[in-house]
Amino acid sequence: MDFHTPSSFEDASKLAAEATGLTRFLAGGTDVLVQMRSGTVLPDNLIDLKHIPGAQDITRTPDGGWRIGIAVSGARLGDHAELVADWPGVVEGMELVGSTQVQGRATLVGNLCNGSPAADSVPGLVAAQASVEITGLTGVRTVPVEDIPAGPGKTTLQPGDVISGILLPPRGENGGDAYQRFTPRTEMDIAVAGCAISLRVDGDTITEARVAVGAVAPTVRLVPDAADALIGSTLDDAAIDALVVAVRAACNPIDDKRGTAEFRTDVAGVLAKRVAQIAYGRAKGEAQ
Amino acid sequence: MPKDEIKDFRLVGTRPNRPDGLDKVTGRARYGADITAPGMLWGAVLRSPHAHAKILKIDTSKAEALSGVKAVVTRADFPTGLTGEDWNLQENTMAGEKALYDGHAIAAVAATSSQIAQEAVRLIEVEYEVLPHVTDVDDAIKPDAPVIREGAADATVPEGMPPNVVKYFEFGRGDVDAGFKDADLVMERTYKTEATHQGYIEPHACLGQLGADGKGEMWVCTQGQWYIRQMCSAVLGLNAAQLRVTPSEIGGGFGGKTTIFMEPLSLALSQKAGGRPVKIVMSRSEVLRATGPTASASMDVKIGMTKDGKLTAARAEFRMQGGAFPGAPVDMALYCCLAPYKIDNVEHIGYDVLANRPKCAAYRAPGSPMGAFAVESLIDEMCRKLDLDPMDVRLKNAVREGDQASYGPTFGSIGLAEVLEATAKHPNLSAPLGPNQGRGVASGYWFNHSGETSVSLAISEDGNAQVSVGTPDIGGSRASIALMVAETLGIAYEDVRVNVVETGSLGVNEPTHGSRATFASGKAATVAARAAIKEMCRRAANEWGIDEEAVEWVEGAAQPAGPNAGEFPPMSIKEIAKNMGKTGGPISGHHESVPEGVGASFGCHVVDVEVDPETGHTKILRYLVVQDAGRAIHPSYVEGQYQGGAVQGIGWALNEEYVYGDDGRLQNPIFLDYRMPVASDLPMIDTQIVEVPNPGHPFGVRGVGETGITPPLPAIANAIQGATGVRMSHLPMTPTKVLAALKASQE
Repeated sequence: MDFHTPSSFEDASKLAAEATGLTRFLAGGTDVLVQMRSGTVLPDNLIDLKHIPGAQDITRTPDGGWRIGIAVSGARLGDHAELVADWPGVVEGMELVGSTQVQGRATLVGNLCNGSPAADSVPGLVAAQASVEITGLTGVRTVPVEDIPAGPGKTTLQPGDVISGILLPPRGENGGDAYQRFTPRTEMDIAVAGCAISLRVDGDTITEARVAVGAVAPTVRLVPDAADALIGSTLDDAAIDALVVAVRAACNPIDDKRGTAEFRTDVAGVLAKRVAQIAYGRAKGEAQ
Repeated sequence: MPKDEIKDFRLVGTRPNRPDGLDKVTGRARYGADITAPGMLWGAVLRSPHAHAKILKIDTSKAEALSGVKAVVTRADFPTGLTGEDWNLQENTMAGEKALYDGHAIAAVAATSSQIAQEAVRLIEVEYEVLPHVTDVDDAIKPDAPVIREGAADATVPEGMPPNVVKYFEFGRGDVDAGFKDADLVMERTYKTEATHQGYIEPHACLGQLGADGKGEMWVCTQGQWYIRQMCSAVLGLNAAQLRVTPSEIGGGFGGKTTIFMEPLSLALSQKAGGRPVKIVMSRSEVLRATGPTASASMDVKIGMTKDGKLTAARAEFRMQGGAFPGAPVDMALYCCLAPYKIDNVEHIGYDVLANRPKCAAYRAPGSPMGAFAVESLIDEMCRKLDLDPMDVRLKNAVREGDQASYGPTFGSIGLAEVLEATAKHPNLSAPLGPNQGRGVASGYWFNHSGETSVSLAISEDGNAQVSVGTPDIGGSRASIALMVAETLGIAYEDVRVNVVETGSLGVNEPTHGSRATFASGKAATVAARAAIKEMCRRAANEWGIDEEAVEWVEGAAQPAGPNAGEFPPMSIKEIAKNMGKTGGPISGHHESVPEGVGASFGCHVVDVEVDPETGHTKILRYLVVQDAGRAIHPSYVEGQYQGGAVQGIGWALNEEYVYGDDGRLQNPIFLDYRMPVASDLPMIDTQIVEVPNPGHPFGVRGVGETGITPPLPAIANAIQGATGVRMSHLPMTPTKVLAALKASQE
């Protein structure tokens, strides 16, 4: 195995495009190293991205949004008070990944590129309308987060594509987001179902909403019908019922050792209701 | 010793730091995988991907040709002609004609690096003929189930039983039919529990070395170095005394490290590699697939109760699979399940059934948790039906000293009534409950055990004591034994060092199992200390020129027994030790026996849960363990055993299980999906130590390690019924199952 430490994303992209055999990028390594240890993935080339300038930074963008470096750990995300104030749902999703030790290494980009339908940080990013900056052979482009996952363990990234940053839009006024997942244990577990909601209110009325679900389909899924159920409502019982129905309708889970399809679908609806209430409270400035 | 005698001990009952603590918290403690040797090779094992398959051909030529590979072994390298349990152990160590479960070892490699060994394993080509398989106990007992092994049934199995039944148990007394007629309520239910794993944090690891002359050494993580020696010798056809086995520090065992798995492979590989030592360290996935989990169980229970809560009769019929070999603890489950109750009419029937799963090993009170789940669940349900207090019913029917146990023997001094009375008074039993919350109680039982024990104690030149024991310390036994020896000798706790020694140092010791170490090694060490005291008194007597019987031992010194014996100042242990070379040589004490006087232990647990009605998730709000320790030598480690048992039981009750796919492969050989509880899943586990001293032990010890895993399974099921009205009869009570049951109950 060859280990590379490029000093720019352009170099990383070139290395990846020219490499033969199996190539993996290394940021936090909390998936890749585990796969290597278990023997499920034995890469020929390992490209370490975490020393590239900017990879460890969280910066405010000129429009008031955020740029998060690809090697920023969950622990550092959680320590960033301003970012947490803007996007608590995004951060709480990331903070659910792994243990305290894993949090010192694990990254948003790694969680996204691992391609798990159950990735805890991805629904929050999708609900927040986050995008990723991709450095590829043809230059730099920006792609919505929901367009990256392609199925369990798969992404839409092409050879030579390397994610060089995560972009969160400006939070703006009267917005709130939240994420919850269901696991049989309180931590160190993988989501059986997950739901993130980001919304904005005008007074008591929801004016914008995005709803994303995890672990209930081959990829994290944006659910426009669920958002429509919320928009224009005051999160009254009828809106919640419609939200739950829309979320459950969007579920297409598998039956496996982690839960039956029926259970996942049921619980996704329950989570949607609970998450909507938290996001709504946050948007209205109520302590959550 | 009368049971109400409380002795005023100087050290017993105090809580000093454990002698192995500093090494463990600084990372200096040497566990199985920490041992290395010059010229060492690394072993790796090829395992069957099939649950049941004929092995047609194994081609190891490509592996042998790989640079760095020094040896490859298959079953062809093992001696033939073994019978009984020796054959079972050999067959489990390495498959013969058939692979019997997913994970069964097929071949093993030794190479100069772990990577090369792994690669060589991938180069071994095996031709299988896949056979129909069965993993569920109720399927395995069917008459038309795939036959795991012809002729495996022993003499207990009557003619005409299904082919996978290999042992049959039947015992009881009284007239159960008459007993049921005397009852106001008779209920019968079927329960199931799934296989769980001990989940010790340290995977199996060993370093074995074996020469062409049959002389060998092994360093291994084990609960019993003599068992390793005996079993490896049997499987490989060695002379047991020529194999020297040294136990490492041990990161948990819970019964699962009382037998062999890959240990013989390291010796076989070593011998084939010219005697170079071979280290094998299992991965977690290998531990889950190929070591010894518990049995899974399917159980029918029928109980009769009068309307005032008197038990009139009980019938238990249990089916258990313990993998592809005999040995499911169905007998233990039957012995324990009704043990807390005085019932005149009881009937027990048990079936030990083969299935395509790994060979089960002991796990903390083997069998007892399953049996308790069935019986304690049904008693609770009957109490609810008759509107009786479950604590009152348990106390009303509690066995006491002199009562005949459900499984035959007469109980000596036992503390069940004292445990139940202490439980009833505990504040947890009256804590208020909110919506969706419920409380469950359950009792549990374990026999405790003695076993072959050999201990040696020697006084050092400076008057301290070293104790050699053969029971690896898995629960604080070094601290407890040091306390008892220091108490006996009249010296400081810090002046005693307890060493867990290798097989060359002592006579045969059974492993640390059956909650026996503090009882058996502790008793033997106390007897050995008394022998050393006798010798020290003799040395003082000689010095003083008085009769040996006229010397007594007080506070760490010999002194004349009275004014008639003579006027001499006390002669301290330090003084005697300093001069021992001139007064007769080394001073030591030994004791070898199967110590008598085992004291059984009962416990009662109280758990409060809250069930989320929308997700089926069960949260443990409060948890109380009350158990009779006999005497708590080191109360912190007794409490630790109570808490650890409760937590493993909580895992078994709520989420842990071996999940097999339709292909017979284990679906969750990883801690992510084999869900043991994590710290944040649990409240602080409250404990209360009840002390009804065991008259069979010099300090009253009963043994505390195992009873505590027994009550959580039913206690939590009982609490879930309290919270939801739904009775769960199939473990684990996962959110998926609880939510489905809640929905079904609302339809």
